[in-house]
Amino acid sequence: MADPQSASPHPLLETSGNLRRRRAVNRAVELSAWVAALLAVAILALVIASVTVKGISSISLDFLTANTADFGPGGIGNAIIGTGILVGLATLMAVPFGILVAIYTSEFAGRRNQSVIRYTLDVLNGVPTIVTGIFIFGLLVAGHQQSGFAGSVALAIVMLPLVARSCHEVLTLVPGSVKEAGLALGASRWRTTLSITVPTALSGMITGALLAVARAAGETAPLLFTTSIFANFVETDPSGALPNIPVQIFKFSESPEPAKHAQAWAAALVLIAFVLVISVAARILSARMRRRLGAAR
Amino acid sequence: MNYERRDLKVADPEETTMPRSPGEAESPTPTPESPMISETPARVEDMHATRHVRLEDLHAYYDSNHAVRGVNLSFEPGNVTAIIGPSGCGKSTMVRCINRMHEEIPGARSEGRVLLDDVDLHASNVDVVAVRRLVGMVFQKPNPFPTMSISDNVASGLRFIGTPRGEIKDRVDSALEGAGLWSEVKDRLSSPGMGLSGGQQQRLCIARALAVEPDVLLMDEPCSALDPVATLKIEELIGVLKEKVTIAIVTHNMQQAGRVADTTAFMLDGELVEVGPTDKMFTNPDDDRTEQYVTGKFG
Repeated sequence: MADPQSASPHPLLETSGNLRRRRAVNRAVELSAWVAALLAVAILALVIASVTVKGISSISLDFLTANTADFGPGGIGNAIIGTGILVGLATLMAVPFGILVAIYTSEFAGRRNQSVIRYTLDVLNGVPTIVTGIFIFGLLVAGHQQSGFAGSVALAIVMLPLVARSCHEVLTLVPGSVKEAGLALGASRWRTTLSITVPTALSGMITGALLAVARAAGETAPLLFTTSIFANFVETDPSGALPNIPVQIFKFSESPEPAKHAQAWAAALVLIAFVLVISVAARILSARMRRRLGAAR
Repeated sequence: MNYERRDLKVADPEETTMPRSPGEAESPTPTPESPMISETPARVEDMHATRHVRLEDLHAYYDSNHAVRGVNLSFEPGNVTAIIGPSGCGKSTMVRCINRMHEEIPGARSEGRVLLDDVDLHASNVDVVAVRRLVGMVFQKPNPFPTMSISDNVASGLRFIGTPRGEIKDRVDSALEGAGLWSEVKDRLSSPGMGLSGGQQQRLCIARALAVEPDVLLMDEPCSALDPVATLKIEELIGVLKEKVTIAIVTHNMQQAGRVADTTAFMLDGELVEVGPTDKMFTNPDDDRTEQYVTGKFG
């Protein structure tokens, strides 16, 4: 054993100022990263907790099924149905479209087109949703009337880059060696894509689609100009404005009545619960996808 | 005419097909009427290696990188040809030109001729799908289809070429037998191909390639991801398969070339340095560079 007090300690036991400083820096960086990560988790927990605390008392079967009412208790049944229709229509438009875009970019496009499309999708994803709302207002609402159809087109535009980008990512995760095996067996490129690449990436693609659905369900801005003037009853015809949860939350919160504020929180809780359920489903599916691909590597 | 043995389905009657024997290949361009249909469905056990592959002044490029520089080389039926050489010498690129997988890489192109008997596989009237039905390939890493069972993996190529449903089961069994995998998997044909060991996965990939009964089998370092025992099994299999199909094997393992190949070709910097009987290549090569490489002076 080298004596730390001796004139020349063993190099392994040396603790020069430099080493001490490196240790301190290491610890400081590690700590701040840890705090940042904790904060991110805490923010989500706080949002969920405060919405739950303020909203849970107004949640009841009646609240979930009854129509909205200007006076008296009322519920958000018509808004839930309307949001379902809006998001459903938007999904029908955005998911097949987005998947085709993803298949083209990852399997067929040349290097240049690929990067152009990826960049375009990123920019589209960055377009503020209020701008998307105004754009659709100008295109489909101005001169006509508000409609669920216009609202779902606006939501579909929000969803498209999310679906296309996430599907593109998982399609490129399928190992090139697997795609090559298909081509080398004499399958054409589209046959390889449909019979081998897409099935391999399927759960990851569904994950991407689900996350886009969750995002669209909570979007308010695209709906403000397109489907925000609606009555207090169930409306299922997308050629007219459809009641929906996000705009309804906004309306509740604008109301002078404290009871309506409580309903705004409760409606927010319903929305957040929906988003959480979808995210968990997406998470389970993507874990399955990773297991499958893990085996393929 | 014993090689008129198989029922090679061509989905599109307009699709260009390869003539089945030198006798039929009097005109260098294949005609759509080339007889391709035989009476008896063939099986892997009835296959015989009959076809030559000849590379004539083959050049291959990745963008401006000239990876293969004017190779002339023949692959004989009933014969295993090994291609050896240091990493990056263009040996994989060269064999990937034979089934036109090279052109799948963005920016890649090739020049020169690749003759299967006497039809140029790179000719503009030859369909790439037809080429790959006659020239099978086994890759460096085992790559079974992750979503498919063992039997579906082997059946996949047959399904791509539209083999009648009723025939598939028999041909899958025959291909698994041909790849020396049947006894190990016969009780779990419907379990995932990914559940097999690495060596079994590679034999599954060989079975998948054999199921469509190719004339030529390209093997691109098929054992580089396998342990010695699995490697030995594949090498034994190559010894059996060479009677059934013309084999080209890329390897960076010189001992492996010594064990499996009848003919060995040595490549360096995209050029074919020397080709000859394997024994001669390892004991008494003509070229100094070959001698230096096989004695371990570089590479």
